[in-house]
Amino acid sequence: MGKIEWAMWANEQALAAGLIYATGGIVGVAGQFRGWQFAAFGIAAGVFVCLLEYPRSKRGKGTSVERTGQYCFTVCVNAFGPLTRNYYVRAFLHAALCVPGGFMLATVLGCVCLGIASLIYLSAAIHGEHWEPILPRTEPPKRVGDSIKEPPQNPPPRPPPELRRKKADKLETAAYDNPMSVTVNE
Amino acid sequence: MGNFAANEGLSIFVILVWLGINVFLFVHFYLAFLVERYYYTRVILGHALSWARAPAACLNFNCMLILLPVCRNLLSFLRGSIQYCSRTAARQLDRNLTFHKLVAYMIALHTAIHIIAHLFNFERFMDSQLMINSSYLPYVLSQIGNNDNRSYLNPIRTNETNPTIVMFTTIAGLTGVVITLALILIITSSMEVIRRSYFEVFWFTHHLFIVFFIGLVLHGVGRIVRGQTIESVKVHKPDECHSRFEDWGKNGTDCPEPVFAGNPPMTWKWVVGPMILYVCERLVRFYRSQQKVVITKVVMHPSKTLELQMKKKGFKMEVGQYVFIKCPSISQLEWHPFTLTSAPEEDHLSVHIRIVGDWTQALYTACGGDKTVVQDAWTLPKVAVDGPFGTASEDVFRYEVVMLVGAGIGVTPFASVLKSVWYKHVQENKNVFTKKIYFYWLCPETQAFEWFADLLQSLERQMMEKDMSDFLSYNIYLTRWKDAEAAHFRVQYEAEDDPITGLKQKTRYGKPNWDNEFSAIATQHPGSKVGVFLCGPTALATALGKQCISHTESGTEFIFNKENF
Repeated sequence: MGKIEWAMWANEQALAAGLIYATGGIVGVAGQFRGWQFAAFGIAAGVFVCLLEYPRSKRGKGTSVERTGQYCFTVCVNAFGPLTRNYYVRAFLHAALCVPGGFMLATVLGCVCLGIASLIYLSAAIHGEHWEPILPRTEPPKRVGDSIKEPPQNPPPRPPPELRRKKADKLETAAYDNPMSVTVNE
Repeated sequence: MGNFAANEGLSIFVILVWLGINVFLFVHFYLAFLVERYYYTRVILGHALSWARAPAACLNFNCMLILLPVCRNLLSFLRGSIQYCSRTAARQLDRNLTFHKLVAYMIALHTAIHIIAHLFNFERFMDSQLMINSSYLPYVLSQIGNNDNRSYLNPIRTNETNPTIVMFTTIAGLTGVVITLALILIITSSMEVIRRSYFEVFWFTHHLFIVFFIGLVLHGVGRIVRGQTIESVKVHKPDECHSRFEDWGKNGTDCPEPVFAGNPPMTWKWVVGPMILYVCERLVRFYRSQQKVVITKVVMHPSKTLELQMKKKGFKMEVGQYVFIKCPSISQLEWHPFTLTSAPEEDHLSVHIRIVGDWTQALYTACGGDKTVVQDAWTLPKVAVDGPFGTASEDVFRYEVVMLVGAGIGVTPFASVLKSVWYKHVQENKNVFTKKIYFYWLCPETQAFEWFADLLQSLERQMMEKDMSDFLSYNIYLTRWKDAEAAHFRVQYEAEDDPITGLKQKTRYGKPNWDNEFSAIATQHPGSKVGVFLCGPTALATALGKQCISHTESGTEFIFNKENF
């Protein structure tokens, strides 16, 4: 497993954990369970984690596959700079967010999944990975040289006429007209 | 529309039957918990009881099914037996991985329903312990069985606890958490992005299924789902007695205290069969891997392709099959699939391996790829071979007219097909059913598959000698080229041999116009079944599948087969 980028798996795990956290929270609030406040927190934390994890990072090596419509999320997440770029911060954030989920049955599963995601992110951070935004490349399109738009005004420079003349027997295959008439045996 | 039924009919039928069984089980078990025995359970839980038990039954069914599509030796065996009866049915077995994924999604869905229903159940059980009021039936019901701790209804036995603690202290709760976690980890590491980039993570995490199945079997051992016993229902009818709960068991009433018991675990009955089959499957793979395989020849082709020729005693193969190769000196646990490029008529088996990752790079070094002196046979690493496993290309010779389309590395199984065709026609003079092969090779550049171009050259030469040049018609399409090369092609246009491949049939540029190709073939061979075999990317598969479906004219039927790597 030499070159696994742990962050890719951590990202999938965290996204799933966010969904599970939010779903557990919705059930807890809708059913008005005891401790529904924790469930409400679970919804907020779950949604936040989903928004944070939705944009995939650019891979260190290889082609990155974007999620559908992730560009706006990329821009938002990128705006926070080192807070979101650094995986130690993310690991700690997920660990902190998951703790309140442990106090209520409906959100326990989300809590544990988010905790696991936090551990995988920690592993990614230890391996020196960090988040890179996938931004569309904005290199300027290959510009055709300006001179091509207009035909040349002058003929190309040529050696003086005496040197340009072709022999008579090669007149047919010559690419240009002789500057002076030639006859055989010259 | 014409080919749709031929191509897709059986798959749709299988899916519909599977969905139908799921729906039936769901509804049946939903209703099974609305009977008299569970009257008092429903007083506490309401319909959440049924909403938890119905997906549980579907989970039993789907967990039974999920192990079956990945028993590839069993499938290979089935394939061999079925194909004498029905080609279509045998082709269905190609879609085993798709079915495995569908069943997995269904397991995830039912797990979600099951868990949400149980969240309500736990909450309601807890509520009925906490509402301490002897005129409240759920509370009264929860106090039953406090003496002997056996005939109770409410699995939460005290009010000094909370649902989370209960979950971690009951067998059902603890196993439930463990298997759900295992399921989630399996699913997140099976996402296509992870699977295609880091196969080892996917493969090792997937082995959590062992934890999953053990937990699944133990999940019902605690008998936490409780209903009235049959004897109790005979003497205490819930319909009549439920309102008189304050008088239960008192002298003079005809409502003695109800007695409750749990249901015995049922899951093991569903999954024990497939579990045994899967264990057998792994044993077969292990046994095969222990058999001796000798590397007889190592050839290093340009563009980082390594050819290994091996001999294994008793190895029999058909065209286009693949094997799994393990090299213990590189990794004890990793098996990697490679298509066989040798023909069944040859006395050795060969694979062409492209060096793209860690394992293939290590194999290259172990086989002395970077050394220039000839290696002694004993320095070559030991390998283990499991297989061969059958895929669609086996069926090639059962069609009269065949279209083979290989994109990039997907051309590899067709190497085996073409070699076998050659051997059959010439050296053994058999009457081959296949009369015409159309071969399409799409690649960005032929250098990576120079070994295949060599094979085509030698075939072309031999066909010309035997005067059989129109048995095989092949078209090579280069889908990418550099501008500098384009100039060279233009200049060489008039040359007799193709400037790139050296073959008589010219290389074409760009992508084939499939519409034209299919129409031409349909006109040339009216009334026959044309087998279309593809090994390549999904986009091409969709395009060809559509062409097959839409090009049935004057009785020509195009049947589409796709390799699934």
